[in-house]
Amino acid sequence: MKKGCPVLATNAEKTIPRLDTIRRVRTPEGCELELRLAGGVVRARAWIIDFLLRLLILVGCAFVLSQIGRLGGALLFLLYFLLEWLYPVVFEVLCQGATPGKRFSGLMVLRDDGTSLDWSASVARNFLRAVDFLPFCYAFGLVTMGLNRENKRLGDLLAGTLVVYRQTMTAPKVTDDDRKEEVPPFALSEAEQRALIEYRLRAPGFSRARAGELARLASPLIADLPPDDARDRLIHLGNRLLGRGALAAKTEGSR
Amino acid sequence: MKENQFIASREKEWLAWDLWLKTPRQKQIEAGQAAEAAITLENLPSAFRRLCHDVSLARDRRYSSVLIDALQQRVLAAHQRVYGARGDLRGDWLDFLEAGLPRLVRAEWRFVLASALLFFVPLLLCLMLAQIFPESVYYILSPDEAAQFERMYAPETERPGALPSAAADGQLAMLLYYIGNNVRIDFQCFAGGILFGLGSVFFLVYNGLDIGMVAGYLTRVGYTQTFWGFVAGHSGPELIGAVLSGAAGLKIGYALIAPGRLRRREALSEAARGAVRLLYGAAFLTFCAAFVESLWSPIRSLPFALKIGAGLVFWGALIVYLCFFGRGRHAA
Repeated sequence: MKKGCPVLATNAEKTIPRLDTIRRVRTPEGCELELRLAGGVVRARAWIIDFLLRLLILVGCAFVLSQIGRLGGALLFLLYFLLEWLYPVVFEVLCQGATPGKRFSGLMVLRDDGTSLDWSASVARNFLRAVDFLPFCYAFGLVTMGLNRENKRLGDLLAGTLVVYRQTMTAPKVTDDDRKEEVPPFALSEAEQRALIEYRLRAPGFSRARAGELARLASPLIADLPPDDARDRLIHLGNRLLGRGALAAKTEGSR
Repeated sequence: MKENQFIASREKEWLAWDLWLKTPRQKQIEAGQAAEAAITLENLPSAFRRLCHDVSLARDRRYSSVLIDALQQRVLAAHQRVYGARGDLRGDWLDFLEAGLPRLVRAEWRFVLASALLFFVPLLLCLMLAQIFPESVYYILSPDEAAQFERMYAPETERPGALPSAAADGQLAMLLYYIGNNVRIDFQCFAGGILFGLGSVFFLVYNGLDIGMVAGYLTRVGYTQTFWGFVAGHSGPELIGAVLSGAAGLKIGYALIAPGRLRRREALSEAARGAVRLLYGAAFLTFCAAFVESLWSPIRSLPFALKIGAGLVFWGALIVYLCFFGRGRHAA
């Protein structure tokens, strides 16, 4: 690839640790998994949703329980206690590591090794909210999250847990049926191949103008083609890399 | 091999994994035997290794990130199913109460002892101080609080130990109030451990001073019968519960101060495992205490000597439990 091509991944990537929120976990089978860590804002959002939900339950029950007098007051206190301390523990252990707020925000809690939470870990991380909450609005927790690479609040540090994004298995498939192939004019590096494949998979989702604009960035590959042709050219190159040829026609059809 | 060829050659097994991952845990065994080419108990390990191999291959060959992500999600889900131990207290909680808790307390005797000293020394000091210098009470309690405690334990009161507002609500309300209050103290003692143990030390000493001064003050005022008669029964489990949660906090704090040969973070999660089990024990004792406190302690018709005697029996039983249970044939 000619120098100065934006598709080219720089060598700096290999030497400097990447500044991203991906954490790699090794399974005993020797497979490396990538987990995407959740930051403070999205976790705060999950907490607020949970808080509102608990408030709603409490107010609703207060309304009902106030009808049955003194016993109602006692039951309401019990309910408040349970919602305060056991609500997150029970949901995290029994509902795949997510309270309703976390589920809604697309988050889940895992242990450091990628396995799901057990009772001890969930109890440890949630009871430490008593400290994370101090002195106001989870200030200790937020500061601690800023001080380590994995966005852990004190409870997560103690329990050895991570809050990560829940990834869905439904992958966006190639929806169009453009099967033409073109051979690249010169050998492409792995990073460049990967960028082309990504482009090919995503291009049908962009507007034609935007797709053409992006295609212009790969100038050595498209020479002086107009944007629309450049887009098609990159898509055909991507088809070649993906192997969407004669064989692909058969398998894609059967899927 | 091109990406789509790879997909075509392996897709059948991936679909089998999807099916296996979708099936609930209990039904997995039967479902596995029913469907052909599915994941069964026999081929699970090799199939899982093949799946992991697929991810590595896909990554090594720079296939599209869509494919890699999808494969990775399967591995992660299967990893959680295969290795995710869950319910560490579900099956053996009876065993934990019978033998596990006393053993744990003896194994962590240093922290339990330190916690007990931090709690009981200020408590006894205050108790004595109040007898010698009565005015020292007001260093710890405000006059309002002192007056309130005096009202609560006055000999003519109907239900000693009850807050005037809660007293009217009956026994259930008192039970819940006690549970809430005491469990809060336990959690504070536990969670304070993360601040290098300082939080636990603070809450232990603070509660020791507070409880000791109230006891000293009421003794000094002469409400011996109502106060000591009331607290004798539940004081054992309640105070030991606070000590155990303090010990859990100290264990966490110690792992931070002196992590030994581990990194601080690893020492911390190592300590957390034992500390949480201590906290389970503390919560259990506190729960028992709240029952005694709301059902047995307020009964005023029983003679003073009987209530003190019962209290001593509770204390003795608790100490015997913690010192001698779980030894013998079960011992590891």
